[in-house]
Amino acid sequence: MSISSRRVRAIVRKELRDFRRNRNLTVSMAIIPVLFCVQPLVAVFTLDPAASITLRHQHVLLYMLGIPALVPSFVAAYSVVGERQQGTLEPVLTTPIRREELLLGKALAALLPSLAVAYLVYGLFLACVELFAAPVVASALIRLPDLLAQLFFTPLLAGWSIWLAILISTRSNDIRVAQQFALLASLPSIAVTTLVGLNVIKVSLVACLVAATALLLLNRIGWRLASAMFDRERLIVGTKG
Amino acid sequence: MRGRGVARLGIGSGSAYMVSDVGLFGRGDRSRRPVESDAKGLDHEGSAGRLDAGSLPLPADSLVDSPVAAGGSPGAPALSASGLSKRFGDRVAFRDVSFDIGYGEVFGFLGPNGAGKTTTVRTLGTLITPTSGSATVAGIPLTPESGVDIRRRISIMPESPGLYLRLSVLENLECFAELYDTPDPTDRIDRALRAVNLVDRAGDACGALSKGLRQRVALARALLSDPEILFLDEPTAGLDPVAARAVHELIAALSRSRVTIFLTTHRLEEAERLCDRVAILNTTLRTIGRPAELRDQLFTRTLTVKTLAPLNDPGRFFDGLPAVDGWRQDGPVGYVLAISDAAVAAPAVTRALVTAGADVLSIGESQHSLEDVYLELIDENQTVRGG
Repeated sequence: MSISSRRVRAIVRKELRDFRRNRNLTVSMAIIPVLFCVQPLVAVFTLDPAASITLRHQHVLLYMLGIPALVPSFVAAYSVVGERQQGTLEPVLTTPIRREELLLGKALAALLPSLAVAYLVYGLFLACVELFAAPVVASALIRLPDLLAQLFFTPLLAGWSIWLAILISTRSNDIRVAQQFALLASLPSIAVTTLVGLNVIKVSLVACLVAATALLLLNRIGWRLASAMFDRERLIVGTKG
Repeated sequence: MRGRGVARLGIGSGSAYMVSDVGLFGRGDRSRRPVESDAKGLDHEGSAGRLDAGSLPLPADSLVDSPVAAGGSPGAPALSASGLSKRFGDRVAFRDVSFDIGYGEVFGFLGPNGAGKTTTVRTLGTLITPTSGSATVAGIPLTPESGVDIRRRISIMPESPGLYLRLSVLENLECFAELYDTPDPTDRIDRALRAVNLVDRAGDACGALSKGLRQRVALARALLSDPEILFLDEPTAGLDPVAARAVHELIAALSRSRVTIFLTTHRLEEAERLCDRVAILNTTLRTIGRPAELRDQLFTRTLTVKTLAPLNDPGRFFDGLPAVDGWRQDGPVGYVLAISDAAVAAPAVTRALVTAGADVLSIGESQHSLEDVYLELIDENQTVRGG
């Protein structure tokens, strides 16, 4: 099976145009990351510089990996069931597009703004720490391995959340239900990143590599699984013959 | 590359107009194909009531690009169904539907709400899988594996336009041109917009358009892919009479450029005017044939005569006249004659009455409409097979 990049691009472009004009979506995508920033910023600015040594053994930055785990789930959960409820799914399915192409386009469209939001928030957080926190705190917090982990795990975690949400969206009949389930489905990822951030789960290079490989595989499986669960007939007529 | 032309007709602000003397999507040299009959005797010239080519402001020659339709061999039907059925659990959507539709034919698919028309379109459009039976669409057998190939050759305009309301008309069409892998999408979109007379609204958000305008955008979208078979589900629903008329002319022009049109509609006068043949579906196929043939099969042809004064012994006038099979009185000065051929019976009746000195007020053949056929078949649960 060949994937048409042209058709995938068409879906991505359409989705991004739609997102840009959906003010509610933009606001909801912006609020969640801001909420995620509050706790670490408060912790950093209230920390006694003398105690900053403890930060060197923690991974506070990784706590913020909850952003890519959570942000795209709302958009991705809407992607199929939303189009279905608006009546726009049927015309798309009458074109030569394959379900794999449609879902890949939907996933990429959810991924791109989520990555942009996540990296922007990381950048703002780091800039705040660098500029306003005590230098000893900043140097204890901002470490290259954590930055690299944040850089690489952000798309992987976002991707996994997206595929879970799309999977839920293909089987749901209601947008709100899909979004609530997608939120629930992203909680385990958020729990893991939080526990890592709080140093409850100890991380190592090997653990990171294993986790990254597993997430990569899960993303691939998620795409295939969502495609397999995407039933044109059920989505159009609401029942299966 | 397939190539057929589509008439450059405008829809909307006035009557249909020609944009230029080349086909909408036409490329290269075009020549009018002779009308062919397929193996099942389908010729594709219009029936008596159908919009004829002469009513269009452009020559038929400009609409045909390629001498052979891409999907099937010459003479093969564009669309064929054999014993096609679809069931959702215990509910039968449609059952044992069989027909053959030739290239360039306008085929009307009529039936009451819930008759299975849209489900049939969705099935032939590879959106849902038939429970049993077989079909060939654009020369390709309908199988789960052939969906993409079939969808490349067809276009479906659903009853609900299904536009992205936050996107502009142009952005909607751009998206679908890409999904259809349309070569030179800018040009194609421009032509489609001109065909439905929406060039000046291209930048408007679809959410700001009226229902009728959205319908026209959906029609433009269906034209983007240069389809061999165009499924139109209630294409004139929500359109004003002028716009509906222009859609009719666009359909006629598409047909002349050998695009097969599968039209579902509740507007029986629309079907009668546009369609070469019609099928009436009410879960099962009740009839299929040319509207005139169906009328002839279902209804006795009659001649209605009115005179100034009652005739003395009407049987003396009507019995034995050529092509007159019988008669009955209809009021004091009215007579209804069962006839076999109006062209023979009407002059004979007129001559007989005038010769006898009767004052004739009117004489004319009673016309049954497709609506009569439809109501007869739907109500009486009859089945008639036409040509």
